Amino acid sequence: MAILINRNTRLITIGITGKQGTFHTLQSRDYGTNVVGGVTPGKGGTVHEGIPVFNTTFEAVKETEANAAMIFVPPSAAADAIIECIDSEIPLIICITEGIPAGDMIKVKAALKGSKSRLIGPNCPGVITPGECKIGIMPGHIHMPGNVGVISRSGTLTYEAVYQLTQREIGQSTCVGIGGDPVNGTNFIDCLEMFQNDPDTKAVIMIGEIGGTAETEAARWIKANMTKPVVSFIAGAAAPKGKRMGHAGAIISGEDDSAEAKFKILQECGITVARSPAELGQKVSEVLKK
Amino acid sequence: MNVHEYQAKDLMRQFNIAVLKGGVANTPAEAVAVAKKLGGNVWVVKAQIHAGGRGKGGGVKLARSLEEVEKLSGEIIGMQLVTHQTGPEGKKVLKVLIEEGCDIDHEYYCGIVLDRTVGKIAMMVSTEGGMEIEKVAHETPEKIIKCHIDPATGLTPAHGRKLGYALGLKGDTLKKAMAFFEGLYKLYVEKDCSIAEINPLVTTKQGDVLALDGKLNFDDNALFRHPAIEAMRDITEESAQELEAGKYGLSYISLDGNIGCLVNGAGLAMATLDILKLHGGSPANFLDVGGGATKETVQKAFTIILQDKNVKAILVNIFGGIMKCDIIANGVVDAAKELGVSVPLIVRLEGTNVALGKKILAESGLKITPANDLADAAQKAVIASKGGK
Repeated sequence: MAILINRNTRLITIGITGKQGTFHTLQSRDYGTNVVGGVTPGKGGTVHEGIPVFNTTFEAVKETEANAAMIFVPPSAAADAIIECIDSEIPLIICITEGIPAGDMIKVKAALKGSKSRLIGPNCPGVITPGECKIGIMPGHIHMPGNVGVISRSGTLTYEAVYQLTQREIGQSTCVGIGGDPVNGTNFIDCLEMFQNDPDTKAVIMIGEIGGTAETEAARWIKANMTKPVVSFIAGAAAPKGKRMGHAGAIISGEDDSAEAKFKILQECGITVARSPAELGQKVSEVLKK
Repeated sequence: MNVHEYQAKDLMRQFNIAVLKGGVANTPAEAVAVAKKLGGNVWVVKAQIHAGGRGKGGGVKLARSLEEVEKLSGEIIGMQLVTHQTGPEGKKVLKVLIEEGCDIDHEYYCGIVLDRTVGKIAMMVSTEGGMEIEKVAHETPEKIIKCHIDPATGLTPAHGRKLGYALGLKGDTLKKAMAFFEGLYKLYVEKDCSIAEINPLVTTKQGDVLALDGKLNFDDNALFRHPAIEAMRDITEESAQELEAGKYGLSYISLDGNIGCLVNGAGLAMATLDILKLHGGSPANFLDVGGGATKETVQKAFTIILQDKNVKAILVNIFGGIMKCDIIANGVVDAAKELGVSVPLIVRLEGTNVALGKKILAESGLKITPANDLADAAQKAVIASKGGK
């Protein structure tokens, strides 16, 4: 058991014939992911690296019964690719693309509401259930199957956390990169709820960043709903305050979104805080022994 | 990306948003010419820099004659303007905006921003215009009235009424305010803004609704579809090093410490600064080489880090996922040799082909201090930055 993806996942890659799309599709397939097809408009009917290519996502889903899509489409066309996946009723859409205009994502967010799809990302490393299925750009070999769920807004910092766990022979149930963009498909709370309901997850690592209120909202949700231990780190305590033109970004929430403020709320909500990113593995090992 | 007030107001005019008549000037003589063309007997001379708080810093002055326009423009152009947003060194003023005067009746605040908690655009107004709005939000949040706008409906008259009545407006003034909000929303969406802020938005004794100031900030990710806005970029407002780094796909921010940092990934780069501080060190920069770093980008990264004369040690922290450690190690060795890096170099590599990467570093003949993990790397970098071994 795990969350989001497992042995039964049937993946298609949108933008499969591009350089990145090809490379990471093959890496995922080598890891054991069942890649059933790909989409590149104009290349339908061809076979790429042994994988059938379709002109539209709709056609690909109909022919392959795919239940997950991984998007490697340039930022100017990525929102359109996500909307095509929503329209094709794919249950899980994972968008790796970095640099999608926020205005496009606002429309995507509206299209997701009431749809049959869940979006992970954009601007994320993807999702991996170690030993079963990898969808994304993370290095598969640093992971090991186990019982710790990982949720993060960052890429390489997630690898760092996973690596610390694996070094201690603490495996992971599923690792989810929710992405660093201001508007994304799935937030911390969505993932926490899935991990809370997953019998194979015993503890969760949540890696946040300065800015926004996602971590503080998650902290309050954990306090009210979660029985499993959560370990958390917030990156950016030493980051300089940006030279901002306006104040509108900070006043919208009315809340302090510095690392200090977030650490404080996390602690108040009973979450185990790692002040140093080098302590994540050790802190998880401690909560698992309790 | 930021633009100047005069550029923001030019854009606002294109969307029929009411602003005062004005023109930009590079010299006192040009300023007088603009004032003459505007007519009237009162003008406002406003310093054009990318920072708020210009009035308090002495960058906004009222002129009651053409001689005064010339004199004040001469004082403001070339001055080093210090505001709460510029840092203590201030910013050099190169241009002024000359505007006609107006009879202000009341000052309000109006702003549009993306509310990331709900993934929608929010428009906000407040009766507390002209003030530091962050303070208002913190001390009296009830004085900020918000509307979340669904992308399917856009801003509707109902939103406009909610905001306008909240400001206590009525009659013709209310109608003008509603048109103002509609124009600003349209500008925000069509031009892919990330912030549109009017502080103050004013009503005049004649019953007009005007933007006295205007700040627009644009989503960098959307600039590809707005070449006209990209063309407004003022590179004198941006750090030369940050611009140079950007050309190579590097994300660089200069800081005031002495440990140069070269990291892959923004999250890990931030975490590296955090751990250096936790160990009592002081980072000289944030530098994310990105996911696709090559030998050339690593070399460029070193060049930029070494331009900072405060750097006493360099910490390289790379988690090689898809990017293999041996490739990074070769890049580091080549860059260090070609650039003649003389400060202590601490390298922490992890991930794919790490053993090979470490071997390349060890056999390079360079004085590289290898680190075993994140904490070890931070400790060694901090000691080296303080002159220890």
